[in-house]
Amino acid sequence: MTAAISNLSLHASDWWTIGTAAVCGVACGVPGVYLVLRRMSMLGDAISHAILPGLAAAFLFFGTRDVLAMLAGAMATGMLTAWLSAGVARLGKVPEDAAMGVVFTSLFALGVLLITLGSRNVDLDPGCVLYGLIDAVALDTRDVLGVAVPRSFLILSVFAVLNVSLVGVFYKELKIVSFDSALASALGFRSGVVHYTLLAMIAATCVASFEAVGSILVVAMLIVPGATAYLLTDRLSRMLVIAAVVACVAAFAGHLLALATGAAVAGAVSVALGGLFAGAALFSPRYGVVARALRRAALALRIRREDALANLYRAHEGRAAETRRAPGLLDHVAAWALRRQGLVVAKDGVSALTDAGLARARTLIRSHRLWETYLAERVGLPADHLHDPAHRVEHFITDELRGELAGDVGTDVDPQGREIPPDRRAEGEP
Amino acid sequence: MSDFLRLITLQDPNTRVVLLGVALLGAVCGVVGAFAVLRRRALVGDAVAHASLPGVCAAYFVVGDRNFAAFLLGALVFGLLAVLCITLIRNHTRIKEDAAIGTVLSVFFGLGIGMSRMIQNDPAGSRAGLDGFLFGKAAGMVRQDVLLIAGVATAALLLVVILYKELKLLCFDREFAGSLGRRVVLLDLALMTLICLCTVIGLPAVGAVLVVALLIVPAAAARFWSERLVLILLVAGAFGALSGTVGASVSALYAHVSAGPAVALAAAVVFVVSLLLAPRRGVVADIVRRWALRRKILIENFLRAMYELDELASGGAANPALALKRTWTAAQLERAISLAERRRLVRREGGRVTLTESGTRRASDVVRAHRLWELYLIDQASIAPDHVDRDADQIEHVLPPEVLARLDERLRSEGRMPGAAVPASPHSWERAEAGRALG
Repeated sequence: MTAAISNLSLHASDWWTIGTAAVCGVACGVPGVYLVLRRMSMLGDAISHAILPGLAAAFLFFGTRDVLAMLAGAMATGMLTAWLSAGVARLGKVPEDAAMGVVFTSLFALGVLLITLGSRNVDLDPGCVLYGLIDAVALDTRDVLGVAVPRSFLILSVFAVLNVSLVGVFYKELKIVSFDSALASALGFRSGVVHYTLLAMIAATCVASFEAVGSILVVAMLIVPGATAYLLTDRLSRMLVIAAVVACVAAFAGHLLALATGAAVAGAVSVALGGLFAGAALFSPRYGVVARALRRAALALRIRREDALANLYRAHEGRAAETRRAPGLLDHVAAWALRRQGLVVAKDGVSALTDAGLARARTLIRSHRLWETYLAERVGLPADHLHDPAHRVEHFITDELRGELAGDVGTDVDPQGREIPPDRRAEGEP
Repeated sequence: MSDFLRLITLQDPNTRVVLLGVALLGAVCGVVGAFAVLRRRALVGDAVAHASLPGVCAAYFVVGDRNFAAFLLGALVFGLLAVLCITLIRNHTRIKEDAAIGTVLSVFFGLGIGMSRMIQNDPAGSRAGLDGFLFGKAAGMVRQDVLLIAGVATAALLLVVILYKELKLLCFDREFAGSLGRRVVLLDLALMTLICLCTVIGLPAVGAVLVVALLIVPAAAARFWSERLVLILLVAGAFGALSGTVGASVSALYAHVSAGPAVALAAAVVFVVSLLLAPRRGVVADIVRRWALRRKILIENFLRAMYELDELASGGAANPALALKRTWTAAQLERAISLAERRRLVRREGGRVTLTESGTRRASDVVRAHRLWELYLIDQASIAPDHVDRDADQIEHVLPPEVLARLDERLRSEGRMPGAAVPASPHSWERAEAGRALG
């Protein structure tokens, strides 16, 4: 398939298709971030379905496909969805997600029915609602400064600019309502107004995107860029930028995919979005599955290394090892790492601590026994309950905490009568 | 019209089979949907249904033919894959359930749309009946299809019966279910598989886009009719069967109407009727109850006012009737009087209104409840005597007789209750009245 892509040469019409998908992505993805943050993603799905009867009604009532009439109809039903869902949930004590499911499937069904009944001689068909006409955007153009620009591109650009500027202007309001709606109310912001404004924006954008890209890409563009950005950053401003970038990249990659495979563009762009999301979910530096697994593995390895050091110290003291567990793969890796770091050497097939290893092990044992002593003296735990908590916590005790514990405990013998190794560094020794 | 007759008299053997199949489908969707709704997993069904489209397409690529069983298998595999993706995203990333569902739904459906275009462009393959899988075409099903659907539906119903107790626990006592550990995961998986099965066998009849309506809507409607799980399940199954049959019939009668929207709208009608008319949880019943309560409160407040006026008059107050005018508007008063008069609680003679015998009894009951509660608040909650009147005002109408008896007994045992059935007001009447006017 890479060969297929490298053989592709992109014509102007391809760039218009990519551009249309990209502006649609920006127009949907930016407000979509707030849906994801406010855990209302499925409301985006619901609205994008439920505007259909609004479109159909506007069409049947006004008899034209005039953009303003369609916008009015769709915004009305889009907000009606949110309002009805909340109403059904409250009146009927139905769970919220089920209420939303009831409302949007019913409205969507009504829309499909209206279209099939009213459009026997007009070109409005339910299939087009799903796929859109993005493959053919370049066929319907308007002249702008001498350049033939596709109509859909123009309309969606207007919405992209409008949505981005609205989010820019009401950035503070949207932020406070999204993150702390109680505080927002206390400060006198009308959360309801902000909420419904956001929904109206989304409904209007859905309508504008509908004809060009179809409902399925609208839903994908509303939710997936925001979700991807949420995996990559914690800052709202960055999240908005990343969502827009993700949408544009997906538009480009999706179109290439469609060219290479002959798939529908709307579908291919959704798949590209899915790919970007999966990439972020796996490889995000902070929240990715891989990064988290690596962090966990690194911690596990450190704990095994430290346990090995502590056991060698106990052997050095002439005591038995405290954990009797069959060594696993991780223990072997830990032993190898200790030798590499020069903390442990193998003498006649038996491991022994080097000086550096001894110093590290002493610190660990000091942490362990200080904690045991502290638990016995201050918490009053019985002697046979001291080892396990100390064994867990010894890896996370900092210098500072060790100092505080030592000051608090005020003895150099642990409850079992073993010496708490003194802090050599405090006495100026290496 | 003759079409209609043929349909409802089930003369056409194929219609008979199809309607039976759709009814069974609706029933099993309703039952499984009830669990999905109760477990707050209603929208997972939407994702599963949308995700089945690429499964159908993939099956077409593999088998290369319109093979119904292969389609269903492909849809099931992709549906389960979607459930797996949602679960993994929810459990292993910071993405919440809603965004996980939305992402999986749109990406899988996009994949399906992309693939279906490839099939369409394939010169060898026709649309392979894939259009029917989007919006449903119940009438286009043949006998074998229906038998397969019926078989799967029966198996799913049996599974629900077998797992009934466990699923009930899963929906109603999450904490306890959680203490069962790994078995909850398996049960959740079983429920998800059931949802998958339902959406998959719903594809040919109702279509991927709206089959979720058959899962959610009858189940949500059934909740209005009962609070017992068995009844909810039965009602949801019946509603599902009804919606399915009606929708499929409409679609069979009008060739250009797809089954999906027709079924979804039939279910929506059932839902709206339930929402409005269900006997206990319905909106109309609720409005009637509130209205009756408001009227009861109006009458009781009026009776208490009459009783207190009599007390004042016998206590030698100057112009007690004036007090009534301070807190009641003329219209309120007129309405209260006529309501009470109709119930023979008061009598109107010339310009004077007096309590009848039953009116006096009822009034003294209300005054007793009011004053018992006031005494209780002063005594037990240490609330100042001039603050108790309004609290008691709100609760006097709904205090059950057992509580009144216990209040009476308690106050009596502490010697706070004089011999009379109706205790004297524990606060000065004018001060409380002034407080009420201010409030």
